[in-house]
Amino acid sequence: MEFLDFLQALFVTPFTMMWQNPEFLLEVVIGGLLTGVMYSLVALGFVLIYKASGVFNFAQGTMVLFAALTFVGLLEHGVPVWATFILTVLVMILLAFIIERLVLRPLVNQEPIILFMATIGLSYLLDGFGEIAWGGDVHALDIGIPKEPLVFGGVLVNEFDLCAAAICGVLVTALAVFFQKTSIGRALRAVADDHQAALSVGIPLKTIWVIVWSVAGIVGLVAGILWGSNLGVQFSLSLVALKALPVLILGGLTSVPGAIVGGLIVGSGEKVAEVFWGPATGGAIEDWFAYALALVFLLFRPQGLFGERIIERV
Amino acid sequence: MLYRETGQFKTSYVADQAIFPIRQDRYLAAAALVLAYVAVPILGTEYWLLTIMIPFLVFTLAAIGLNILTGYAGQLSLGTGGFMAVGAFATYKITTSFPGLNIVVVFVLAGIITALVGVMFGWPSLRIKGFYLAVATLASQFFLIWMFNKFPWFNNYTASGVISAPPRAVFGHFFVTGAEANPVNKYLFVLTVVVVMAFIAKNLVRGRVGRSWMAMRDMDIAAEIIGIRPLQTKLLAFAISSFYCGISGAMWAFIYTGGVEALAFDIDRSFQILFMIIIGGLGSILGSFLGAAFIVLLPIWLENVPRLLGVNIPVNYISNTQSMVFGALIVFFLIVEPRGLARLWQIGKEKLRMWPFPY
Repeated sequence: MEFLDFLQALFVTPFTMMWQNPEFLLEVVIGGLLTGVMYSLVALGFVLIYKASGVFNFAQGTMVLFAALTFVGLLEHGVPVWATFILTVLVMILLAFIIERLVLRPLVNQEPIILFMATIGLSYLLDGFGEIAWGGDVHALDIGIPKEPLVFGGVLVNEFDLCAAAICGVLVTALAVFFQKTSIGRALRAVADDHQAALSVGIPLKTIWVIVWSVAGIVGLVAGILWGSNLGVQFSLSLVALKALPVLILGGLTSVPGAIVGGLIVGSGEKVAEVFWGPATGGAIEDWFAYALALVFLLFRPQGLFGERIIERV
Repeated sequence: MLYRETGQFKTSYVADQAIFPIRQDRYLAAAALVLAYVAVPILGTEYWLLTIMIPFLVFTLAAIGLNILTGYAGQLSLGTGGFMAVGAFATYKITTSFPGLNIVVVFVLAGIITALVGVMFGWPSLRIKGFYLAVATLASQFFLIWMFNKFPWFNNYTASGVISAPPRAVFGHFFVTGAEANPVNKYLFVLTVVVVMAFIAKNLVRGRVGRSWMAMRDMDIAAEIIGIRPLQTKLLAFAISSFYCGISGAMWAFIYTGGVEALAFDIDRSFQILFMIIIGGLGSILGSFLGAAFIVLLPIWLENVPRLLGVNIPVNYISNTQSMVFGALIVFFLIVEPRGLARLWQIGKEKLRMWPFPY
C-alpha cells in the first residue's frame, strides 16, 4: 500500500495540483525564473571564456562571489554606488590581466583537463583572498532595486524579478551588440572560431583573452549584484558555479542564447520539481534535479538546445 | 653510480616482466615496505598514525581508483565522493545486518556493490566523453549524497544521520573498527589492504586490461578498430575504479573517522582526490601515492610552518590563508610540472643514472 501511495504522490498528485491551481504553477515557474537568470548569468561567463580560449573556467562562480564581495566592501566603506561599480569593473579587469599573465600564459597548449584543474586552484585562491580582504560574513546589499510584489491577472510577481530580468536582457543585448558590431567583438568571434587562423590574420590572442576574461568578470559582477541584493553576498554564491554546468549542457557549450534559455529552464524546472514532486521524494531534490536533467539531455541530445554539433561522440 | 642497471642481465621472461626490473628499485620497494610495516608502527605516535598515515593510505586507495578511471581509461569523473559514500554506507548496512560476517568480506561485498553502482553511472560514458562526462558524473555525486541523506534506511534510522562503526575484528581480538581498536592495528590493516590492492592495480594496468584502457584513452576509434570492445572496457574501468573508491570510502568511514554522515563525501572530496591524481601524476600508481601524501600533508604543513617560523596568523584568517596557499600551489604545480610528481621522480631517476659523471 505504501508503495502505491508513493506512486500516487509521484505520478498523480503533482499533476492534479497543477491542473487545479494553474496560477500557483505559474507563480512557481516565475519564481524559478529569477534563480534561472542567475544561472544564466554565471553560465554566460562560462560560455564567453570557453568560446574564446577553450578553457572550462570553474572559477566563474568564485569570480561572481569575488566581484560581489568587492562591490559590497567598497559600498560599506562609503563609496557612492556609481563609483563602486566603476572601481569593481576596474578590479575585475585587473584580475583578468593577472590571471592571463600568471595562469593562462604559462599553461598555454596544455591539455584541457590541466587548464580546468588550474581554474579550480584559482577558485580556491580567489575564495581565500576575497574573504581575507572583505571578511567572510554575509553582507546585505541594497542598491535600490524595488522589491514590491505585483499582481498580474491573479499571478503574484515580484518587482525585483522583473528588474533582474530587465537587467539581464540589457546585458545580453549589450553583449550581442559588442560581439556583432565592434571590431573587438569580431576579433573575439574569430578567435572562438579558430585560434590559429585568428593568430595568422594578426589578432593578438593574449589581448583577446584579457578582454574576454574581463567581460566574464563584468558579467559575473552583474550576477553577483543581483544575487547579492536578493539573498545577501555570501559564500554560497560560488556554489552557483556548479549549477551552471548542467545549464551549459542544456543550452549547448558554445551558445550564448543557449546559456540564457538553459538557465531559465533549469531554474524554473528545479523549482517546479521541488514544489510538486518534493513531498513524494522527501524534498531537497533541487540539489540534483539540474544534473539529472543534464544527464537525460546528454543521452538524447548531447549538443544541447543550441550548441554546435561538434561534440565528439564515442 | 648508485642507480645503474649496467650488468643486470635479464635471462628469463619472468625477470623481464618483473614489476621492478632493476635491482635498486627492488631494494627501495622492500625498504619502503619494511619501513611501513616495522618502523612506522614502532616509532609512530598515535597522532602520527591516526591523523597522517591512515588518511594518507585511505586517500591513496581512492586516488588509485580514480587514476584507473581517469588516468588510464581516460574517463574524467567528478563522482568519486559519491562512490566512496556508497562504499561506506554499503559496509554499514551489511555489517549491521550480518554482524557475524568478517569485516574483510564485508569490505569486499561493499566494494562489489559500489562497482555495480559505478557501472550504472558509467553507462553514459558509452556515448559521451570529456567534460560532458564530467557533468554526468556530477549527477551521480549529488544524487547519491542526497539519497543517503534523505532515506534514513541507509543509516538505520539514527536521528543524527551519522553512521558509526561497530567494533569488528579481522581475526580473534585484532579489532580494526570501533572504540577498542588500537591505532597500530588499524594502521596495519589499512596498510595491508592498500599494499595488496596497489599490487593488483599495478598488475592490472600492465596487463591486457590496462593496455586496452590506455588504447581507449589515447584514441577510442583506433582502439575499437583493433578489436577492443568499448562497452566492456569502459564499464570495466568504471567497475574496478568504483570498487577501489568504495573500499576507500568504507575505510574512511570505519577505520579513519569511525563515524561519518553523507556530507563527508560531498563534491569537495571528489575534487580533493582529483587534485591528488593531477598533482601525483595521471596514469601512474606511484603518482597516486605521492599525490595523496602531498594533499594530506599540505594542510598540516600550512598549519605548522607559520607557527614554527614565529609568524602569528590570526585565527579567523587561517583557513582562508590555507585555501589561498592551496590554490596557489596547485596552479604553481600545474605550471611547473603538469605531469605530476611521478614525472619528477622519473626525471630524478634519469639524473641518478648519470650521476656523478654526466657524460
